[in-house]
Amino acid sequence: MTTLTPVLTENWDRPDAFTLGGYGEYTAARKALAMDPDAIIQAVKDSGLRGRGGAGFPTGLKWGFIPQGDGKPHYLVVNADESEPGTCKDIPLMMANPHSLVEGIIITSFAIRANQAFIYVRGEVLHVIRRLHAAVREAYEAGYLGTDIFGTGFDLDLVVHSGAGAYICGEETALLDSLEGYRGQPRLKPPFPAVAGLYACPTVINNVESIASVPSIIDNGADWFAGMGTEKSKGYGIFSLSGHVKRPGQFEAPLGITLRELLDMSGGMRDGHRLKFWTPGGSSTPIFTDEHLDVPLDFESVGAKGSMLGTRALQIFDETTCVVRAVLRWTEFYAHESCGKCTPCREGTYWLKQVLKRLEKGQGTEEDLTTITDIADNILGRSFCALGDGATSPIHSSVKYFRDEYLKHFEIGGCPFDPAASTLWGDA
Amino acid sequence: MSVNPKRDESSVAAGYAPDVRERLERDAKEIIGRYPKTRSALLPLLHLVQSEDGYVTDRGQEFCAEMLGLSKAEVVGVSTFYTMYKRRPMGEYHVGVCINTLCAVMGGDQIWDELSEHVGVGHDETTSDGRISLERLECNAACDFAPVMMVNWEFFDDQTPASAKQLVDDLRDGKEVHPTRGPKKLCTFKEASRILSGLPDGLAGDGPAAAGASLEGLRIAKARGWTAPAKGETQ
Repeated sequence: MTTLTPVLTENWDRPDAFTLGGYGEYTAARKALAMDPDAIIQAVKDSGLRGRGGAGFPTGLKWGFIPQGDGKPHYLVVNADESEPGTCKDIPLMMANPHSLVEGIIITSFAIRANQAFIYVRGEVLHVIRRLHAAVREAYEAGYLGTDIFGTGFDLDLVVHSGAGAYICGEETALLDSLEGYRGQPRLKPPFPAVAGLYACPTVINNVESIASVPSIIDNGADWFAGMGTEKSKGYGIFSLSGHVKRPGQFEAPLGITLRELLDMSGGMRDGHRLKFWTPGGSSTPIFTDEHLDVPLDFESVGAKGSMLGTRALQIFDETTCVVRAVLRWTEFYAHESCGKCTPCREGTYWLKQVLKRLEKGQGTEEDLTTITDIADNILGRSFCALGDGATSPIHSSVKYFRDEYLKHFEIGGCPFDPAASTLWGDA
Repeated sequence: MSVNPKRDESSVAAGYAPDVRERLERDAKEIIGRYPKTRSALLPLLHLVQSEDGYVTDRGQEFCAEMLGLSKAEVVGVSTFYTMYKRRPMGEYHVGVCINTLCAVMGGDQIWDELSEHVGVGHDETTSDGRISLERLECNAACDFAPVMMVNWEFFDDQTPASAKQLVDDLRDGKEVHPTRGPKKLCTFKEASRILSGLPDGLAGDGPAAAGASLEGLRIAKARGWTAPAKGETQ
């Protein structure tokens, strides 16, 4: 049986966890700044850490792409624009333990030879933004940021930058445009940010949890980290359980834990109900059903079953939930957040929304199912960035697993479900 | 109830009074100084002018353009892209209800319907007394606390239709309300916008480090004696 492994969440029950006193002495940063920067990159490669923002790209490899000795400024940008539906790990992490992120930023910046770093945090989380500002100020006052950190001659400035409400800014190149003061629209790649990122200079963009994991790797060693998890998905990660479960929350565990294990330890589904469908990693990852309770939640196993590990945002829905309603709402989200740059996503999400509305009201036809899958086929792989691809995940997977439920809607001329039964108070 | 209070066009059209202008310029220069390239300060400056006017006004956008050496069109092109920049006055308390799938299913749809009827305004609309505006929110990254509401971007977790209506009634009556995970006292929409511009208010120490569902995994681990391996313990 897999057990929980609190590392980043370990101090969250301390009332002062978000202060320097509640965090610690930045021992990993002290150790790292005495190392050869390339040795840090190698340690992170050896640890097997893969991006925790959803894509799972090897973090050390990404750092290794930064050209060295090129005479240009290098930048580290932390993607704290957590907005993927269902995803709710970075926000509590930064609320409770912002210093793990700041320490990770110091180590990473030193490794990639950056003297300026940014935290791009979504704007809609005021108290998290306060905590980040306070942690950065404390770190400056302690001499962990600024000039000549730990007497090593290394200088680093860190700016907390608040976004303004745009899901697309979680896409790394859109984030860079936004940080440069433009509309957040994705850039054509190549060139990749490692070569031409922020202000056309070499830039590493990493998720909050990825960077916050770095101090533990430096402190305990790459082998320690790699000893957790599965063969190709190493280490620990925060799993976010939400929805129709008895006890939703944040569970830090080795990659490869299963939903069944997480449900077993947390009390299972709410009383008298059974699992119907769930997302392994946010709404952009194809849905799973109760067939997939024992799929190890690592990048490979989830991929082999036709979905993606994503952000480990386990949104759990029971049998009271209408899958068509769920998919319509996600589709409305993608249509709202489409940046408008490319036609497949802008037009495709709009039309998906129109057809799904009709289907949900029971006014559709079987042909509409062909239409939505056809539209989704024309978005997937043809849109400018991953937002469009993500929008097709709920469509394809719901039609695959719940075709009969779509049909039922127009057979009876309406939705067969009572939305009141799905609410938190529906059983009362 | 009227949907939107009249804009005070006469005062906003005239630009900022000299003392206000001087204060805004001082703040703006401090913010701009943090960035390697000045244009990066545009989003923060839009938050700053929103903190002065309660929404992104013409004069606010002109101010941003002047401070950053941009055309007004360049500023408007950016401000209209982001949903947090409001194009009409929002309430002193901007109340959001998450209606993305998970919260909607858990009751967010019902909360929205009942609250919107109770307050008498719809999405991105403000009550005639200027106290409350409502917004249908997309996922606010607190799904383990569904259904979630936000007031001036502070968390109000685990809501019901009754608690939502009580919350708004309390706000209208001037009673103190307490975010679930946030400061003791709720700041106004304008004050919140100032923090977003990068000028925090010193309240970071308020409130719990983590609460409720955030601690569920840690509680289980501690109860069962589960920890991460010690250094050197894994292979």
